[in-house]
Amino acid sequence: MGERTSNLQLIWQQIRYQNKIFWRTPIAAFFTIVFPLMFLFVFVTLFGNDTISELGVTTAQFYAPALAVFGAVSATYTNLAIGTAISRDEGILKRVRGTPLPPWIYMAGRVGSSVWVAFIAVVLMLAVGVLLYGVEIYLVSLPALLVAFAIGVACFASLGLVVAAFAPSGDAAPAIANATLLPLAFISDIFIAPSDASPGWLAAVGSVFPLKHFAVAFSDGFSPIEKAARDGWLDHFHWKEYGIMALWLVGGVILAIRFFTWEPRGGERKRSSRKRAKTAAEA
Amino acid sequence: MAIEVSGLIKRYGDLTAVNGVDLSVAEGEVFALLGPNGAGKSTTVEILEGHRASTAGTVSVLGMDPETGGRQYRERIGIVLQETAIEKELTVREAIDIYAALYPRRRPASELIDIVGLHEKSDSRIKTLSGGQRRRLELALGIVGDPDVIFLDEPTTGFDPSARRQAWTVIENLSSLGKTILLTTHYMDEAQALADRVAVISGGEIVARGTPDTIGGRDDAAVVISFTLPPGTAPPGLGEVVDEAGRYSLEAPAVTQRLHQLTSWALDRQIELESLTVEKPSLEDVYLELTGEANDG
Repeated sequence: MGERTSNLQLIWQQIRYQNKIFWRTPIAAFFTIVFPLMFLFVFVTLFGNDTISELGVTTAQFYAPALAVFGAVSATYTNLAIGTAISRDEGILKRVRGTPLPPWIYMAGRVGSSVWVAFIAVVLMLAVGVLLYGVEIYLVSLPALLVAFAIGVACFASLGLVVAAFAPSGDAAPAIANATLLPLAFISDIFIAPSDASPGWLAAVGSVFPLKHFAVAFSDGFSPIEKAARDGWLDHFHWKEYGIMALWLVGGVILAIRFFTWEPRGGERKRSSRKRAKTAAEA
Repeated sequence: MAIEVSGLIKRYGDLTAVNGVDLSVAEGEVFALLGPNGAGKSTTVEILEGHRASTAGTVSVLGMDPETGGRQYRERIGIVLQETAIEKELTVREAIDIYAALYPRRRPASELIDIVGLHEKSDSRIKTLSGGQRRRLELALGIVGDPDVIFLDEPTTGFDPSARRQAWTVIENLSSLGKTILLTTHYMDEAQALADRVAVISGGEIVARGTPDTIGGRDDAAVVISFTLPPGTAPPGLGEVVDEAGRYSLEAPAVTQRLHQLTSWALDRQIELESLTVEKPSLEDVYLELTGEANDG
């Protein structure tokens, strides 16, 4: 017997190879990286980069962090949901299950790669915002930003795997992921700035879900009002928002572990149709 | 024994997919499990692979229980699933490297590419490979961890004849390395070419087992002489039967004598015995008889 590759090395290899696959899937890379940037261009062009009176910041100053969050959620939630469901359809998950690779390492590879892509999406969005539209980042809240990012991507990665667990097929996964994410983005301070004009119940609905809390916690680092209101870097931590995201994270992990399957759904269909054929033959 | 199965039962609700299967496969043996779709052969193999739990019975592969053997067990087996499932965005060499890293015993990528004959494609994305080439890559991935036992679930389904021959050569090479191979197939020529022993499974039960040459009493079965006659010729009256296509067949326990009688009769009358054949029932004949599929096809 030769030497086993260490678990740490295996995780690293799995992340790298999932990453390779991601960048070779142009459609996924486009929607995750380019799409949010397009939103930024459109919004700034549409609304001009003047100060939004209700928020006291420029259009880009509001939208760059909001769309960075959107990119991070696309990279984790949407990509994991779609990618994992398709891999299951294709039988790749089943093949992996037949190898000595511990299942948790495979999942760590997928999640790790999606978090790395999320990080790139965020950095790129902020870089474009800073360089092209004069967006300012307040360094005092940088630690809080990183914590918000870490909890946010973990939360949405787990929810992406929940969607993958429940999606009946790889074709259904994009529909489910987008039908949940996009409407939510409108009521979670992502596509539309919070305003007094929108009905309170809509904001209340948004507050139930983790997206708004991700956006609020992350946007702190871009808000001159927040900066003026708090002194120390620790004061910028959004414990309430972190807590709600953490609750969703725990719920997501429990559901994903409970309901995730490695076998293609077609296998079960095939089996039940065989069963019907058998019953018919015996009758 | 490399594989020992006794009293294996698998139920899905009220459907019994496998109903009391016993199997034993010796080390280094190539064993073929034959049977129609839905007969229980894939379910049996999937239980051996550790993909499914059994309902009852005992299963031991390499002295381990596939259900609980976990990582240690999977390090010593190789699986080629019925359907090809490889990340299409990777190249052939990348896929082999990534999967090799999962095993403690690794075969070098270049050697595997040699074995399955994919040199020209080694740096191509998998999505550009033909169906047969993907299947051969799947074979390579099945043996990347230098397994002691290899499960091949219908390895050549959907192959064209030349791809099938190539795959057979690969499997023969593996066998000559002393690997134990459990193969499922519904191609009788495949079983005949590759297997040391075969078992026929039907309705979840093993209905016959033996070597490809002896199974189902093939070796004891009478030789059948068959021929056609020119139109309007009266048959020789040696006990032959005729089918709808006008082909006569004659069971011949004493084949030399029978053949002599028949050819003498034909020579006397200057009749040409067109398409004369002298055959034992083929593995396929025996299989169709055993699985009761003779009338369906």
